[in-house]
Amino acid sequence: MKILVAVKRVVDYNVKVRPKSDNTGVDLANVKMSLNPFCEIAVEEAVRLKEKGVATEIVAVTVGATQSQEQLRSALAIGADRAILIESDDVMEPLAIAKCLKAVCDSESPDLILMGKQAIDGDNNQTGQMLAALAGYSQATFASEIAVDAGKAQVTREVDGGLQTLSVSLPAIVTADLRLNEPRYASLPNIMKAKKKQLDVMTAADLGVDTSPRVTMLGVELPAERQAGIKVEDVAQLVDKLKNEAKVIS
Amino acid sequence: MSILVIAEHDNSSLNVATLNSVTAAQAIGGNIDLLVAGDGCQGAAEQASKVAGVGKVLVADNAAYAHHLAENLAPLIAEVGAGYSHILATATTTAKNIMPRAAALMDVQAVSDISAVVSADTFKRPIYAGNVIATVQSSDAIKVLTVRGTAFDAAAAEGGSATIEAVASAQDTGLTSFVGEEVAESDRPELTAAEIVISGGRGMGNGENFDMLYSIADKLGAAVGASRAAVDAGFVPNDMQVGQTGKIVAPDLYVAVGISGAIQHLAGMKDSKVIVAINKDEEAPIFSVADYGLVADLFSALPEFESQL
Repeated sequence: MKILVAVKRVVDYNVKVRPKSDNTGVDLANVKMSLNPFCEIAVEEAVRLKEKGVATEIVAVTVGATQSQEQLRSALAIGADRAILIESDDVMEPLAIAKCLKAVCDSESPDLILMGKQAIDGDNNQTGQMLAALAGYSQATFASEIAVDAGKAQVTREVDGGLQTLSVSLPAIVTADLRLNEPRYASLPNIMKAKKKQLDVMTAADLGVDTSPRVTMLGVELPAERQAGIKVEDVAQLVDKLKNEAKVIS
Repeated sequence: MSILVIAEHDNSSLNVATLNSVTAAQAIGGNIDLLVAGDGCQGAAEQASKVAGVGKVLVADNAAYAHHLAENLAPLIAEVGAGYSHILATATTTAKNIMPRAAALMDVQAVSDISAVVSADTFKRPIYAGNVIATVQSSDAIKVLTVRGTAFDAAAAEGGSATIEAVASAQDTGLTSFVGEEVAESDRPELTAAEIVISGGRGMGNGENFDMLYSIADKLGAAVGASRAAVDAGFVPNDMQVGQTGKIVAPDLYVAVGISGAIQHLAGMKDSKVIVAINKDEEAPIFSVADYGLVADLFSALPEFESQL
């Protein structure tokens, strides 16, 4: 079984971003970039499926600028076998990325496509579902458990009410939630090995995909700042403040 | 403008989350219809017809829509929604699963989690865990939007008298089947709708200690939430997680107990009206957003707090 894992280069989760001074966008100059945490979980799951003997090949793919090769190398160091970069310097929206990935699915014919449920920059939570629509595949989003058996995958999903389990026919798109697994740290030998693994570069134009944006970013602003309040001395004062000042309990 | 709101429901009754999208639709302006797709969903459809401001309730009642599977619902939404200018749903896990699939079928770039309507094609939405608010303009002919529930008041559930119309369409792709679900049963209010939320973090130490929060919650009529750290540690189930990728809450009172306050957690609760933090580490970032901070050991503070309520 072949697994395609789609990943994204994003601002590191520890960075608190700020708008640019002219408020036209987010200031990303000299900011630490990383593999999106949810994508890292998706790569780890693919590697575990290979270690269990379920998968035979793992192909990591990303759509982004040339520096995204760093994140593909991270995926290769965790255990992906080869990688594909669809290179573009433009802002790529989820629908455009999904169209690129659909073209990769057509040429690679994976049995399972794993990806993160959302990227922590745009917080869109769309690309997996859109790829599933374009490819006509089944989907299981927000996965916390995956079991593959006989042309199907049984996936447990984290939903608002608790957990839901679906059986999806393969090929399918499964998007990873936080508790699917805990990604390993890549070992130094594996990081060295990853540098020699195959990494192919192509463009959206090579794939015949129109990636022109549909949504224009008009500007960004900081959210309303919360004033830090006061420290209370003890529980009695806290209860008094909540009853008589904030009037939120009676 | 004509707006289709996708109703969230359990067949017998309408989920109140739907009412927030109706208000967002009113902010856009125009005719508002509701789509209720389910299996034996007449009960939900009748409730939907009473929502103030709704013109028409479209009911797609078919076994294929029983478990709100995206594979079946997305083509239904794409088909029914084709005649509308906007398609909205409140950003629950159900809508987040279905709406992007429907949008892609229509070749539309959806806009997720809008927190304000600027005009019919321009919206605000939080990005980067809510550290930045973006204003975005959609050029697609049909706007497909998910709505941040906490950013819009609920429309009145009563007072409307919409007509109910059946939709014959039955989209069954057969790609996916429902196996089962584990739904948390609780007498406490739902997290996203509660007026008071009390949440525990890693500092709670284990799942048994959450009993202290449950008994306080029962005195206050509150819901109980948790930080990602507490869920990852297995103290409590995933449906209690508040944060960037969990539930977004904005109650009148949010009490954070033993929660340090990572930006990913703040993203889920910082729009609460009043925030209380109880933490023994006075440097914890949670205090920077708290109206009332209590630096104390939660194991002595919580029993005292309960006894004084």
